[in-house]
Amino acid sequence: MPTIVVDVMPKAELLDPQGKAIAAALARTGRGAFDVRQGKRFELTTETQVTDELLASVREIAEEVLSNGVIEDVVGVHVVEDSPVGIVEVA
Amino acid sequence: MRIGVITFPGSLDDRDAQRAVRAAGAEAVALWHGEHDLNGVDALVLPGGFSYGDYLRCGAIASLSPIMREVVDAANKGMPVLGICNGFQMLAEARLLPGGLIRNDHGAFIRRDQKLRVENTDTAWTNGFAQGQEIVIPLKNGEGEYVASAETIERLEGEGLVAFRYLEVNPNGSLNDIAGVRNERGNVVGLMPHPEHATEPGFGPDTRAAMRSGVDGLTFFTSAIAALAAAA
Repeated sequence: MPTIVVDVMPKAELLDPQGKAIAAALARTGRGAFDVRQGKRFELTTETQVTDELLASVREIAEEVLSNGVIEDVVGVHVVEDSPVGIVEVA
Repeated sequence: MRIGVITFPGSLDDRDAQRAVRAAGAEAVALWHGEHDLNGVDALVLPGGFSYGDYLRCGAIASLSPIMREVVDAANKGMPVLGICNGFQMLAEARLLPGGLIRNDHGAFIRRDQKLRVENTDTAWTNGFAQGQEIVIPLKNGEGEYVASAETIERLEGEGLVAFRYLEVNPNGSLNDIAGVRNERGNVVGLMPHPEHATEPGFGPDTRAAMRSGVDGLTFFTSAIAALAAAA
C-alpha cells in the first residue's frame, strides 16, 4: 500500500528547545558537537492509487492540519512504496 | 448573563473558569466540545488544560472540534470569547488570534504568580482595568512562548493588539514579552496566564495585604459582563 510521507520542521528562525536539549545531551555524552533541530514525520497510508489529485489534497492537509504555518514549515511531501528492496521513494 | 465554558477532552480548568464566571456574577454554562450547540450563551471561555494530550500541536486537535465551527462563527459575529492557556493555543490554531505558541525557550514547565501589564483596555475582557494597570495572576505552562512573524509583531504593536505583557520576568521567551493578544474587533482575547485562578480570596496569588488574597483575575469576567450589558 502506498504511503505518503509528510515532513514538518519548526521554522528555521525560531528557537527549537527540544533540538537544543538533544544537542546538549550529545555534547554531554561526548558524541560530538552538533546543531540539532527536531521535526515531525507523518505517514499517510492509503489503499487507493496515489494520483496528482490525492497528492494535492495531502499537500493541503499538510499545510492546514499537520503543520501550523505560523511556527512550522512543511519541508517535504513524498510517496514511498513497499518493494522487495525496502522503502523506495517514487515521487 | 450566561457565559459558556467549553470542556474539551483534557481540559483541566473548566470548573475553575465556571467558578470565576459565577464569582463575577454571571451564570456559568457548561458546554461540550462534541456538540454543535452554544446553548444560547452570551460569551465564551475556552479554558486551560492539555486537550488531546497536546498531540500534533497544543490546541491543534481541539481547534478542529465540532463546536469550534460555532465558536468561530460567534466570534466573527462579535461574541466575547476568552482563551486561557490551552484555550489561547486553540484560538491561535483556529486563526481567531494572530501568532502561535511554542515550547518555552528554556524547555521547562513553569508555574509562578506572574506580574502583567494591561496594555489594552478596549476589549470585552479588559474594559474594567485601567490602561497600564499592573496585575498578578498565576501562570503555568510548558508551551507558552508567543511567536509570530516580524510583520505580525509590528502590526500588533502598531495597532494596539497586544493585550497583556509580562513584567519583570519573561517566563517563556515570548517575543516582545507578549502574554496575551486581542483581535481587531476586541471581542476575542487570549492569554497564557490564568485569570480564573485569581478570582476568590483565599485561592489567588499572595498580595502585600494578605496571603492568597489576589483577585486581579475577576476583572476579566466582570469586564465581559459590563461589555454585554453595554451592548444590550
